[in-house]
Amino acid sequence: MLIWIIFAVMTGAAVFALLWPLGHGREAAFADAADAASLYRAQLGEIDRDLARKLIAPAEAEAARAEAARRLLRASGKDAGPAGETESSLRRRRASSALALSCVPLLALLVYGAYGSPGSPDQPLAARLQADPARQDFALALARIETHLATNPSDAKGWSVIAPVYMRQGRFDDAANAFAAVIRHGAASAEAHAGLGEARTLAAGGVVTAEARQSMTEALRLDPKNARARFFLAIGKEQDGDMDGAVTDLRALLGDGAADAPWAQAVRQRLERLGAESAGSAIAALPAADRQAAIRAMVDGLAERLKAGGGNLAEWTRLIRSQAVLDDKAAARGALTTARERLAQDAPALAQLDALESELSLKETAP
Amino acid sequence: MIVEIGHFALALALGVAVVQALVPLWGVARHDKVLAGVGPAAAVTCFLLVALSFAALVFSYVRSDFSVENVVANSHSTQPLIYKFTSVWGNHEGSMLLWVLILTLFGALVALSRRSLPVRLRAGTLAAQGLVTVAFLAFTLLTSNPFRRMVPAPADGQDLNPILQDLGLAIHPPLLYVGYVGFSITYAFAVAALIDGRIDAVWARAVRPWTLLAWVFLTLGIAMGSYWAYYELGWGGWWFWDPVENASLMPWLAGTALIHSTVVMEKRDALKVWTILLAILTFSLSLLGTFIVRSGVLTSVHSFATDPQRGLFILGILIIFVGGSLALFAWRAPLLRQGGLFAPVSREGALVVNNVFIATACATVFVGTLYPLLLEMVTGDKISVGPPFFNATFVPLFVPLLLILPLGQSLAWKRGDLLGAAQRNAAAFGIGIVVALGTIALTRGGPVVAPLGIGLGVFLVAAAFFDLGERIFRRASGWPAMFSRAKGLPRSAWGAAFAHAGVGLSVIGIAAQAWSTEAIGVLKPGERITSGRYTVVLESMLPRSGPNFRAEVARFQLFADNRELGVMEAAKRVYTARAMPTTEAGIRSHGLSQAYVSLGEPEGNGSIAVRLYDKPLILLIWIGSIVMSFGGALALTDRRFRLAAPKRAAPAGAAALPAE
Repeated sequence: MLIWIIFAVMTGAAVFALLWPLGHGREAAFADAADAASLYRAQLGEIDRDLARKLIAPAEAEAARAEAARRLLRASGKDAGPAGETESSLRRRRASSALALSCVPLLALLVYGAYGSPGSPDQPLAARLQADPARQDFALALARIETHLATNPSDAKGWSVIAPVYMRQGRFDDAANAFAAVIRHGAASAEAHAGLGEARTLAAGGVVTAEARQSMTEALRLDPKNARARFFLAIGKEQDGDMDGAVTDLRALLGDGAADAPWAQAVRQRLERLGAESAGSAIAALPAADRQAAIRAMVDGLAERLKAGGGNLAEWTRLIRSQAVLDDKAAARGALTTARERLAQDAPALAQLDALESELSLKETAP
Repeated sequence: MIVEIGHFALALALGVAVVQALVPLWGVARHDKVLAGVGPAAAVTCFLLVALSFAALVFSYVRSDFSVENVVANSHSTQPLIYKFTSVWGNHEGSMLLWVLILTLFGALVALSRRSLPVRLRAGTLAAQGLVTVAFLAFTLLTSNPFRRMVPAPADGQDLNPILQDLGLAIHPPLLYVGYVGFSITYAFAVAALIDGRIDAVWARAVRPWTLLAWVFLTLGIAMGSYWAYYELGWGGWWFWDPVENASLMPWLAGTALIHSTVVMEKRDALKVWTILLAILTFSLSLLGTFIVRSGVLTSVHSFATDPQRGLFILGILIIFVGGSLALFAWRAPLLRQGGLFAPVSREGALVVNNVFIATACATVFVGTLYPLLLEMVTGDKISVGPPFFNATFVPLFVPLLLILPLGQSLAWKRGDLLGAAQRNAAAFGIGIVVALGTIALTRGGPVVAPLGIGLGVFLVAAAFFDLGERIFRRASGWPAMFSRAKGLPRSAWGAAFAHAGVGLSVIGIAAQAWSTEAIGVLKPGERITSGRYTVVLESMLPRSGPNFRAEVARFQLFADNRELGVMEAAKRVYTARAMPTTEAGIRSHGLSQAYVSLGEPEGNGSIAVRLYDKPLILLIWIGSIVMSFGGALALTDRRFRLAAPKRAAPAGAAALPAE
């Protein structure tokens, strides 16, 4: 609102400045000839002064004087036409006032309206940096910490702040580096090790790798109750095919923590999925041919769903891995291509896909 | 909020400029002084609004307000304050705002110079100036808006082009713009005279200071740009006949011709139509330069982000203002009362010769600049019209002009005495010949044109001051008399002498470049390279870091004739935000000459490519330009200009003007 008041005042001042001479001018005609004549008179005076300073000889002065006098004669006595009558002069003033009153605000509003952003406040850097961190914009805070860490790479606290941010942004490799830096610079807590393990797991597309497992174990050594580490170790067991072990561990985890622990929901979902995977165990009981068909149906269902749109890196990885295991290399390659297109904006994901491609040796071998 | 106030002020200025263009024009047409009086008010208002807008943009840059797109694209939080400030015009949008600022500043100055201008001429001039302002304000607002916002604001900017992160950016563009835009005022004066159908000595007197002012700044701006290119680009060249440079040289040449023809008009009431045409052409060439540089026709450090829409817009402006004014000229010029005839051998005759030579030289530059561009547009062929073309056309036109310059300067008005003028210049010519011969004898070998050029330069300098000396000593006896005569000489005479001597100094500097030498070598620390009189020893390579760059600095010891002159440093910098490298040449002045070292690519084994130049007397090129500008400034302060200011007869009780 304030800004529109300021705009109104500015417009008013500008229009007023234009209207002032229209309201206060009196004489209505020019005096060109008088202007010219006064110049030639000044020239005549100049000649006399030059003569007095002995810059020109008397004869030269005489000639110059004659020339100037000739011009003076020509200039005087033929002044411009008569001034317009009062009536039309008034009309002209009114028309000019109307032009100033309409054209200035209209043009300004039109142009500013098309290109201006009256709602955007100034955001000088100093003020943004001093703003309450809770309200500070995210990119700036991140950049600020990054700049700080670039110059103080041994600040474990800084790394511990930035690592979860990277996790949330899906920059798992950066997060892993950050957690590693926290541990390296002497703030090795169970949470840091668990974070490193999680980052490594997610960086590997959801596979709890040997490295990740090592981090989790280290976390549990420091704090046997660390929920994150226990959760991922359970996932590890699941990935090793130890479904029962995974279910037992997750149930124990759920039992140890409060029902409203922030991770409880994730654990419950995982348990549900393991229930579904128990259906998978049912599949395992089927005869070989039917089993193959059942698995293929599941994989095709996933492929269908991902093809329709969406899908994160983990899902794509699962699909490609499954297709590769089913020895359907063409389908796996197709899925890989689609995944690359879908995740084109996400450089780390693309790197993961590259890694997956070489792991499953999906690369087209040159004939 | 300040950003938005700046934006709104600019939009408001557009409306005010429209009023400035229309109402005073109506006043002139209807002989209505009241309507004409709106011109000055509008011009001052327009300037204040644009100044507010410019201040807002400066403020955003200095405070690193990254919610402004233009600041994001051209600034960085780690830049030193001076570069945050100069970044304002180190880009297309901001530089257009600077252009408009200077345009309206000139309008306001004309509006406020009540004493030196008849009301009617002032009104017409302000109307024409208002029209130019409308065009450029619309261009800035519609296609190059510096106040576009970016939400959400990024954390940091993308930094200014590292080549522009230099003190030169603080000096070169503002000087050059004052020059370019200053000629818009002479253009506006010409259009006003054409519309009015009146042109006389009053007009010439009124235009003279503006032309001189613009010319002084354009001269300094071009010289500064040349020196900047010389030390920043690392090639050791000071003029490349590059289209961007030619774009500034053409208005300079036309402006130089204009200064001389205005003198004829003022003193002899002749050469009117030609002067008007020159005034139009000078600004048209400025506009053409803007078009070439900003439309994306060519790429250079000056072109910034190119955009076809902008090119079309500028082309439109160009067609309207050049075509419109030339059409007006064709229609109205025959109606102007012709001035008197004059004898060919006279000062005015000599000035006509000057104009013919300069105009032809300007035309060759025009052809050499535009022909390749047009050819590429039409056929797609790329041809290079470089120094050989200009050396073969421009130089042969300019050398005779310079040779007869002293003659013209010592011819009398109306009826001159060629023999007498030749006699008066014989001594100076003799000195020039002696110096040329002496140089040939001393240098033994080397290019033959160089000593001749130096002789020519010496002749020009000597003649400029001999002419003054002659005017002081003639008919004077004893020191006090001579002193009072020297004081009594019009300052415009002193100005002319200095300006012409400046040309001579530059000619000496340019001619001496024929002896400049270059050596290239790959050096390891401890090794040396020799070029001309200079030898440098690479002492060490050391890393260094600046506020927003990292640098690899090479320290050299400089020797001349086996005498150590000290240490010099050259560097390669990498600006972190854009990951862009620049070369910082090491330059050491040694008298008027310079040793110039620049670094090439580092080789793997700890050695680095080094170029060493010996640039004899090169400083004279720019010192000459400064002396030229000084001469122009002296002429500008000629008090006789004020004496002859029209004192309005003041009918109906207008305020009496203070007496001189």
